[in-house]
Amino acid sequence: MEQVYISTDRLSSQWCIDLVSDDGSGGLVMFIGNVRNQTKGKTVKYLDFEAYEPMAIKEMQKIADTAKDRWKLHKMVIHHRVGKVPIGEEAVIIACSSPHRKASFEACEYAIDTLKETVPIWKKEFFEDGEVWVSARP
Amino acid sequence: MKVTVTAFGIAKDILNKKQTEVEYSGTTVADLRQQLIQEFPEFAKLASLKFAVNTDYVNDDFVLNSNDEVVLIPPVSGG
Repeated sequence: MEQVYISTDRLSSQWCIDLVSDDGSGGLVMFIGNVRNQTKGKTVKYLDFEAYEPMAIKEMQKIADTAKDRWKLHKMVIHHRVGKVPIGEEAVIIACSSPHRKASFEACEYAIDTLKETVPIWKKEFFEDGEVWVSARP
Repeated sequence: MKVTVTAFGIAKDILNKKQTEVEYSGTTVADLRQQLIQEFPEFAKLASLKFAVNTDYVNDDFVLNSNDEVVLIPPVSGG
């Protein structure tokens, strides 16, 4: 099972749903982070993600393990795209399942918030007139 | 001490390459950080600069070995 997964190919929400579906789970929550067409009013052409892959996988696994343990989830998957990602496509998909919905809502939010703080993946925004590494400078 | 550092994201742009050898006085990550900032002042302008050794985050007091896989982690922005 691809619980944590990094790919240059387009991510599949259906695959994530299938991976976390469980007959004992009454709730399934999925977060999809999409590529937006603008940032601070400026038109974005596309994003390019770079990962330090062995460590990113390790950190994503830590998040999934912690979330499963803390919220008693049945399953959690975290899939992240790398390389060039066009507007409207998925950069990240996080899905989890649990007996009741509240646990999955909280776990999913924890997972995306923590991923944005700890997982060594970087995105560059490409504009008509330049490019910038997101969050690099204060 | 001499270590090979690998850089990602904006850190790679600052070094102008993916990997470089750094020679510095001292043994800790803090010593390495000081040397890097001296050679490449742009590092001081980042919102943060963390270090990973053998795929784990390490603190500034971590003592490096010359064969460690040292990676510069500028502010992450996944998701």
